Order: sequence, then structure tokens, then C-alpha cells
Amino acid sequence: MIEQVAEPLQTQTGYAKVVLEIDVNNHPGVMSHICNLFARRAFNMEGILCMPVSDGRRSRIWLLVFEDQRLEQMIRQLEKLQDVLAVRRHGAEHEVFERLEDFFH
Amino acid sequence: MYQMTGAQLIVRLLERQGVKTAAGIPGGAILPLYDALSGSEIIHHVLARHEQGAGFMAQGMARVSGRPEVCFASSGPGATNLVTAIADARLDSIPLVAITGQVPLSMIGTDAFQEVDIYGMTVPITKHNFLVRSVDELLEVIPAAFRIAMSGRPGPVLVDVPKDVQNQTIRFAEFPPVATPEPLPALDMAAVEEAARMINAAEQPVLYLGGGVIHAGAAQAAVAFAEQAGMPTTMTLMALGAMPVDHPLSIGMLGMHAARYTNFVLEEADLLVCVGARFDDRAIGKAAQFCPKAKIVHIDVDPSELHKIKQAHVAINGDVGEVLEALLPRVKAALRKRWLSHVESLRARFPVEWAGQDDPRTHYGLVQAVAAALDDEAVITTDVGQHQMWVAQAYPFRRPRQWLTSGGLGTMGFGMPAAIGAALADRSRTVVCFSGDGSFKMNIQELATLAEEGLNVKIVLMNNNSLGLVYQQQNLFYGKRVFASKYRGAPDFLKIAEGFGVAGVDLDTAANPRAALTQALHAPGPCLIHVSIDREEFVYPMVPPGAANTEMIGG
Ligand SMILES: Cc1ncc(C[n+]2csc(CCOP(=O)(O)OP(=O)(O)O)c2C)c(N)n1
Repeated sequence: MIEQVAEPLQTQTGYAKVVLEIDVNNHPGVMSHICNLFARRAFNMEGILCMPVSDGRRSRIWLLVFEDQRLEQMIRQLEKLQDVLAVRRHGAEHEVFERLEDFFH
Repeated sequence: MYQMTGAQLIVRLLERQGVKTAAGIPGGAILPLYDALSGSEIIHHVLARHEQGAGFMAQGMARVSGRPEVCFASSGPGATNLVTAIADARLDSIPLVAITGQVPLSMIGTDAFQEVDIYGMTVPITKHNFLVRSVDELLEVIPAAFRIAMSGRPGPVLVDVPKDVQNQTIRFAEFPPVATPEPLPALDMAAVEEAARMINAAEQPVLYLGGGVIHAGAAQAAVAFAEQAGMPTTMTLMALGAMPVDHPLSIGMLGMHAARYTNFVLEEADLLVCVGARFDDRAIGKAAQFCPKAKIVHIDVDPSELHKIKQAHVAINGDVGEVLEALLPRVKAALRKRWLSHVESLRARFPVEWAGQDDPRTHYGLVQAVAAALDDEAVITTDVGQHQMWVAQAYPFRRPRQWLTSGGLGTMGFGMPAAIGAALADRSRTVVCFSGDGSFKMNIQELATLAEEGLNVKIVLMNNNSLGLVYQQQNLFYGKRVFASKYRGAPDFLKIAEGFGVAGVDLDTAANPRAALTQALHAPGPCLIHVSIDREEFVYPMVPPGAANTEMIGG
């Protein structure tokens, strides 16, 4: 008996990439809340960056992800997290990860 | 200036929040809190026999009161024992505040005695969680836990408090304000107008109510809306009671164990108005084939539910009660004679037949006999399995919060502690827990708590000496290869109850089972009512898992 009521997941490669900019409260647990959302859905994060901003009460997280059909749902789930203050979406041409490329070659 | 310990502060904040009863089990890492609790004249502590029981008691209270309720556990095994009850609250959107003790801050991460990372473990099963790192944070964290648990779509919140934080002294000038729910999302009136236009234009619309309607206190608004728009109304397992089953517009529960005609009505709908429901697979079967002809209006307070499983034509994020009230003056009063008479003809063509309903010793007959002996004020809880589905099908639910069941997680062992919680929330009500012999054994130790509290809880044990729903699935879908679903031993449940100090009645041997049942239900205090049920009785109709809702078998 196959219990499959939804369509099977597709592989993510082949999709365009997107950059997400996320403002969060800065405390030791916030990264685990964010990473957990992606991990259990097998939604790969291609890149991740996080630094505190201004007085250190907040952080900004930059994510590089594939724009597959679940991205909208991912963003809504992110916005639902108590520690997430805002999510902004940018195209893959955003320079934040591009400028880091040098550290990965 | 106030001065107190962190533990005392937690107790005072709970009292200010209106907590009157809380369940839990103490242990080393939460002893300071228990010491403070012993000084409270407001909070009645119920000592559970297993932390999962405490979690479900708090859930039972919350499912009846609609407010966040509290459970406590110590660090390590105490905390991990709470996990199932927390996950259950998450999937059914129940407001719960779980407070756990933790090893002292300086020992976190050292594999100290009874240290587990309950914060990390509960990230995916809570609405939010906190690890408190200083006593000052408590002033913010405790009210925040309540605010988060009760706002928007309710859910469980865990607060992990290291022992030294409980012992730290704090001085502060003022208590924080009592937490209240966050403001509701503003209504998108253009979407409301569009939804009203679609409802007015539809010829064969169906209203699909979910647990969100109960949580939002919007059952009356939903019934008024259904009547105005002349819409046949189906309910999910979680929404039973939102519209009385005998309301002329009710077409009962949808999904895996729905009446045949209900799923056929949905098949023909040209518009589906989904209110506070989430297109769960047990309710809709194969998603692509659910309501194939229908446009969808989806109303939910949680924006991430919109378009999650089914793309809605109109999606409205908001409190379902507010949205229904905004829709009401905009939908035309409609009689829908043609559609409703077609619904009636489907109902007549596929009548619901409950075999043996006059005999209180059969599964359906028992459910109906219990209902006949009680009024609508009684609260009904269940465990998980065939008995749960039989009760969902055959019990005449007529008011919201009359029916408490573990829907999303489907947790065996939910029934009795949840019933204890329901009785704790309102001692004036009779609470009946329908259980199966498999489920009952999962939290059977709470009979001791029940006897101690002397609550008006009646357990109706439908004993088929098997894991009935598993036995059914193996028979239907695994070539009758029955494995690990029949018990070889057969405990004497009446003796067990007696051993715990709970009265028992055996309908198997009663000369007049109906009279014995009625008497047991009406006698004050706890009682175990035992009935043997034929193992070969299955739940029908049934949509095979993974099939479309119209591919029902049996019934
Ligand atoms: C904690 C837990 N473990 C396993 C299951 C899987 N399961 C679903 S129904 C069922 C059998 C339930 O048996 P019983 O409580 O006797 O009820 P019956 O189906 O016989 O009415 C099982 C094992 C579950 N739902 N919950």
C-alpha cells in the first residue's frame, strides 16, 4: 500500500537561486529555529551568513536558497517564527554572497 | 519594590495570569519551583503519575477552557516525557505552557545528571520556546509564553528554567502586565468582497469547517453564515460540535471515515469555503482529486496555511469569526432548493447504517446508549483507534468544546488524562472517555490521579483485546497478514481499576446493560465501564490511505 497523497518532492537543482534577508532577534537559539525549518523539509540552504546588527539586540541572516515551488511556503513559515522580524527577498544577483566567493576557492 | 526568588516569581506570574490548576511531577531540577508552588493559595497542583499524563491533563483543561493551561516537569526524563503531549498540542493548535526545570546554567552542556537539551528537542514541536538565562528574563518570558500560546493560531510554548535561575533573587518595582492576545490581523476587505461574490454566484457551494472555528469561538457565527448562505456544511474531526449534527445543513464529518454521501456531496461542490481547516490528508484524501470541480475560498488566522496544500482562489488571512461576520451581510440569503434537495437525495441514496445501534453491547449501540443517557453539557474524550472513529461517526455532538480528541498526532493514551483535565477545568460536568484496551494501557497509571482527585470521569472501555485499527488495516490492506496487533494476554481491567480505587461496571455480565450503563454514568465520581467488542467489527466506510475520498470501501 502506497500512502502518497501529495506529489513527490523534486530535486532542487535546476531552479534559480534567491537571496533571503532575514531580521531576527539576537539570541543563542535563533539559528536553530531557522535551520530546523529548512532541515526537516529537506530544503537545502546553499549559503548562510549571520551577524549582529546595531546594538546587538538583533541579527541579520542572509540565506542563499533555490527558488523551488515550496519557497513561498518556506517564507510564510519563516515569518511565523516569533524571533523573525522581517523577511526580504532578493534575486541571486545580490552581491552579499558574490563578494564572499573569494573565500571559497 | 518586590523581592523574591525566580521560583516565587514564576508562581506569582502564573497566578496573575489566572492559572488555577496545573499538573506536573517534581524532580531535582524543578524543586525550587515546587517549593514556591507549595506556598500558593491560588494554584491547585495535580500530581500526575507520568509527565505525559500531566501534559494531557493541561491539554484537557485548555481544550475545555480555551485558555493556555500549565504543566510542569523536571529536567531530563521528566522533560522528555512531556514531548508527546507537547507535539500533540502543536498539531491540534492547543494553547499550553510547559515549564521544565533544567540543570544549573554553569552545568549546561556538561552532560550533567538529568541534562537533556529540551530546548533543542522542542524547537520543531512548539509554537515557540525559551531557555531562561537569568532571573530578570522571567519578567518578560512568562507573560510572553502566555501571549504566544493564546495569540492567533494557538499552540504550545515551552519554558526551560535552570535550577539556579529559580533560586536567584530578583528585585523589581512592578509586575509586568497580564498577557493578552496580540491584535488580530486586519481584514483584507477586497478579498472578503470577492469571496462574497463567489459565494453568491455559486450553485453548489459547501462549507468546510475545521478546528480553527472552535478555537476562535466562531461556531455560532459559522452556523449563522451557513444558514444565511444556504450551504451544506461538513466538519473535520476537530470541528465536530461546531454545528449540531442534527442541524438540517449539517452533512457530518468528511474524510477517511465519513459517511459516503458526505464525500459525494464534496465531489460535486462548485465552491468550497474552507474555514479554519487545513486540508489535512485524513480529511481530504488524495489532494489532487479532492473537490475536483470546486473553486476554493480559504479563511485562516495562520497565513502559512493558505495555499499550503490547495491553491485557493481567494485566501483571507484573519480571525475566522471576524471574517464570517464580515461576510454575513454580504452574502445573499439563499434557499438553494435545487442543490439542497440534491444533497438530500444523496443522503437518502447512501444512508448511514449503524448496525446494532439498539444493543448497548455493540460498538455503535454503546456510543448511542451513552449519548442517550447524557445531555449536551457532558464532555466526551477519546483515545485513538477504531473506538475514536466510531464515536466521531455516531455520537451526536451539538456544541463546541463538547468533543476532545487527538486529531493531528493521533496519540494513544490521550483520552483518560485529557478527561481528567476536562473535569478539572469544570468539575460540574460529567466527562466520558471512550477508550480502547490498547490506548487505555498507555496512560493507565493516571487512574491513580483520577481516584485521588475524585473527578466525575467515566471511562467507557471498548475492549477488543487488540490494537483494533491496526488489525483492521492488516486485514484490509496487508493480505490479512495479522501481526503484532492481537494481544495474547488479557488483563482484567475491572480488577486493575479496583486496585487503583476506581469503581467498575462490566456490561458483559450485566443483566440489564442499558440500565447498568445509565446508572454508572449518573453516579458521582470516577468509574470504569467495561464492554467487550467484537474484534471483527471494522470502521466503515473507509478511504484507503492514499486514495481519493470517493474510493471508499465498505459502509
Ligand atoms: C502512541 C501511539 N502508538 C501507536 C499508534 C498507532 N495506532 C493507531 S490506532 C492503534 C490501535 C489502537 O488500539 P486500541 O486503543 O485498543 O483501540 P481500537 O482500535 O481497538 O478501538 C495503534 C497501535 C498510535 N496512534 N499512537
